[in-house]
Amino acid sequence: MSATSQPPASQRTTDGPAQSSGPAGVKTGTAELVSWKAGIGLGLLAVLGVILFGFLANTKTAGFRIAEARDPNASTAAAWVTLVVALAAAAYLGYLWTNRRRTGAAVGRWIPATTVAAVVVLGLAALGVARVEKIALPSMALGWICSVLLLAMAAYACFLTLPHRRIPGWLGGVFAVVFLIGFMVWIVAGGRDAEPSISLGGLMAGAVTLAVPLVFGSLSGVLCERVGVVNIAIEGQLLLGAFSAAVVATVTGNVYLGLVSAAVAGGLVSLVLAVVSIKYLVNQIIVGVVLNVLISGLTSFLFSTLLTADPQHLNKPGRLEPVDIPFLVDIPVIGPILFRQSLVGYLMYVAVIVVYVGLFHTKWGLRVRAVGEHPQAADTVGINVNRTRFRNVLMGGAVAGIGGSFFTLVSVDAFSKDMSGGRGYIALAAMIFGRWNPIGAFLAALLFGFADNLQSIITIIGSPVPSQFMAMLPYALTVIAVAGLVGRSRPPAASGIPYVKG
Amino acid sequence: MITRCPAADNAPDQIHTHRLVGVLKLELRGITKRFGSLIANDHIDLVVEPGQVHCLLGENGAGKSTLMNVLYGLYDPTEGEILIDGKPVVFKDPGQAMAAGIGMVHQHFMLIPVFTVAENVALGNEATKAAGLLNLESTRRKIRQISEQYGFDVDPDAVVEDLPVGVQQRVEIIKALVRDAEVLILDEPTAVLTPQETDELLDIIRQLKRDGKSIVFISHKLREVKDISDTITVIRRGKVVGQAEPTASPTELASAMVGRAVSLTLDKAPAKTGEVTFKVRHLTVIDHNSQHVVDDLSFDIAKGEVLAIAGVQGNGQTELTEAILGVQPHASGSITLDGEELLGRSVKHVLGAGVGFVPEDRTLDGLVGTFSISENMILDLYDKAPFARGVGMKPGVIADNAAKKVEEFDVRTPSVSAAVGTLSGGNQQKVVLARELSRPLRLFIASQPTRGLDVGSIEFVHKRVIAERDHGTPVMIVSTELDEVMQLADRIAVLYRGRLVGIVPATTSRDVLGLMMAGVPANEAEASVAAHSDSRPTPAAVPDAAGREGETHV
Repeated sequence: MSATSQPPASQRTTDGPAQSSGPAGVKTGTAELVSWKAGIGLGLLAVLGVILFGFLANTKTAGFRIAEARDPNASTAAAWVTLVVALAAAAYLGYLWTNRRRTGAAVGRWIPATTVAAVVVLGLAALGVARVEKIALPSMALGWICSVLLLAMAAYACFLTLPHRRIPGWLGGVFAVVFLIGFMVWIVAGGRDAEPSISLGGLMAGAVTLAVPLVFGSLSGVLCERVGVVNIAIEGQLLLGAFSAAVVATVTGNVYLGLVSAAVAGGLVSLVLAVVSIKYLVNQIIVGVVLNVLISGLTSFLFSTLLTADPQHLNKPGRLEPVDIPFLVDIPVIGPILFRQSLVGYLMYVAVIVVYVGLFHTKWGLRVRAVGEHPQAADTVGINVNRTRFRNVLMGGAVAGIGGSFFTLVSVDAFSKDMSGGRGYIALAAMIFGRWNPIGAFLAALLFGFADNLQSIITIIGSPVPSQFMAMLPYALTVIAVAGLVGRSRPPAASGIPYVKG
Repeated sequence: MITRCPAADNAPDQIHTHRLVGVLKLELRGITKRFGSLIANDHIDLVVEPGQVHCLLGENGAGKSTLMNVLYGLYDPTEGEILIDGKPVVFKDPGQAMAAGIGMVHQHFMLIPVFTVAENVALGNEATKAAGLLNLESTRRKIRQISEQYGFDVDPDAVVEDLPVGVQQRVEIIKALVRDAEVLILDEPTAVLTPQETDELLDIIRQLKRDGKSIVFISHKLREVKDISDTITVIRRGKVVGQAEPTASPTELASAMVGRAVSLTLDKAPAKTGEVTFKVRHLTVIDHNSQHVVDDLSFDIAKGEVLAIAGVQGNGQTELTEAILGVQPHASGSITLDGEELLGRSVKHVLGAGVGFVPEDRTLDGLVGTFSISENMILDLYDKAPFARGVGMKPGVIADNAAKKVEEFDVRTPSVSAAVGTLSGGNQQKVVLARELSRPLRLFIASQPTRGLDVGSIEFVHKRVIAERDHGTPVMIVSTELDEVMQLADRIAVLYRGRLVGIVPATTSRDVLGLMMAGVPANEAEASVAAHSDSRPTPAAVPDAAGREGETHV
């Protein structure tokens, strides 16, 4: 705060008491805008929880299988090491957190997040050390416990809203976790078997796998939107990436060439987007949608005329097999989830880290973000706005193309019509949910992958809810996430606006 | 006092006294810039000597900013050349202009709101560690060093959007200095500042000048130009019309700027105030961030008087007018006109109650650019007789009405069916005025009525406003131009951060108003100014002393 817009110090002190006395202070309070959004939202969810987990609960137990290690000894050893590391990490982070709070220093958002993560890892490692194979939870009892907790938290939120106090951030997080536990127990206990159970490891591993194309797609979105170009064409980039990966890998007999060609194909889609929207200033959203329809039509046409005619020579790519990372893969639950991935899966981790560090800690990233926020300001310090945009959009396309190769080189072993199945749009939602941040987008994509996988597992074990209804889960989550659960998220200011010099 | 063109015959060897190491001499020769058929700059010659404050004086739209954008590499000149120390240079983009030692502070700041000060300063000129990782620490060090040298008080880690405009402007200056600018272009730098902030800025400019920097100061405000400049170049309609010394009289400068004799003072009779008909009580407006943008405002306007709302832009003026008009959803309190409550009623109802309103942005809120003049003249009356018949409209009556108004308000247009967007700013504003003043009014509100207008149109608008007052209508003027406020007002209400600092008579001095615009209550502002004028009999005569005084008391 500069001295310019404030009255002299001596005068401030004299007018202080006069200002604060009387009705002025009261008026400030009454005129405040009161938002009941959080209270009402949590309340409705809590009531839903009570009905589902409480009244509709059955008497079965819900089983969650944990230990499925191939080598129990290695697993135990890894579990011990993880236990020690996680304990140390949790202790250090906890110390850092409390210490900074006490001294009043800034607590970065990453500290609570990583602390919670370390504690979760610690818990899983402890389960591994104890060689717990399965947790069985009585659904009725747990359902009611969760219901009561949810109601209590909703009531607390309303209680805070009344005197216009802020609802703390942790409340939403804890509410979500309790709701999730209640939901899982209820839905698993509703399975067909007498003692229904699901594999926790399988659930999570499947979630990560399903999230891979979403993560690549949302990274593509982040790269483009951070520079001010809306990339609706992610869907098309994924699809053309999948197609060209399948064809090139089959024709050359080399899956790695397939991977490279997927990146090139995604880049090609981006090239069209970039030329038409950046150079010829056509509305970016319209170009994106048109590209998606175009590529869907093009690949369908080529698939039915060429690929189905001769699948042996055109549509039988090899597979990128999962690779275990030694030792790390033996960590109970987490190991197989994170460290048994295909090349594309590991590339995903690399891409998330590279894009994050690149955007927020390098010269390139500073310029990219400047172009996306205020292109004219970037121009006046000698940054070529349209060149930066062009480059980033091409990069985004290549990233999404690699994500597309996942469909044909990792998950399914041949290309089929429209196999991206709208995941490009979900990736876009993940990007928004993740607030245009690569790590946020990664976590959001994981959440969508989780919902997707949960839905398919539940369909297998049978559930009280019709499977078609469960299939809505990822999309319902998308709508809720994008509609406002994220709070006030702020897109790059110049996103979607073409830059014309002068 | 004003020498005629050409200006380029200013021999370079006349001024040597300030030449220091690194300073450069800038010369523009025959710069012409065309946008299609429009000639924004027509063979402009300009010489900026080292260590000089060179003012470009001209009205809005005279081509000053275009010229500087050409110099800064943002536009390519259609013709002409730029010389630095006698050598011709070509700037393809601002990066090259900066490398040559030219820095620019734009009228609309070129800062990224969500970045920190350090990030903004580093942008485009980043220090890096290995692998392209940013090294903001060295930028922070430079910012602190420059802040100390010029007394800026800027925190390198503050986020720019949280800073007041005065500080943002300093960030812009730091940006130029970090890049070793020798010539600093300031484009309308005082438009967003309070009078006190303006004084501080002028002081900074003097300090920069002492360090051997040349300053190009672009403005249409005569007072500042006379105060700070060493040389004045007057630009009118894209051409250099003359050079002037800072000692030239304001009337002389204004006449050169406009191209004909103008009177800078408005003749108006004392107000004959009648009964109080417009009352605002405890008006509060809350924005989406729960900030009180208008905070517990109460005032009255009587028939036949002009109340001017003064204040730096963004202190609640927009929200105040919106609340009165009924487009502001989160307003509480009471607004009555002739005893009738207006708050909470629809815009249509408010207009029907006899409120005439000239919005602050005529192209955005006042007119539909692609509609014809005759259509724009009836935007508020399209569904009333005599313009409407059932669901249809009467084009003949509408055209006749427009023709009559165009005549009466002296709108210069080829035809009433011309699109309003094709008119000049002054003529557009006359269309808005013609529409709003043609109904019988019980309250007239004009927000920034002369923003961006030429001096001739300003005279016309001011006369019309006073005529409406003399007609017995309560008038509320919202303006950020202190000169306009002091000319038009019978009483002045000063807003600061949505609060009413005080209502003072129109005879209140500039200095007191300036302090009030920074939030100092009226009586304290008066005491403070009185104390200073004792120790400083003629502030204008000793500008440096005045600047230092300014620093100590704020």
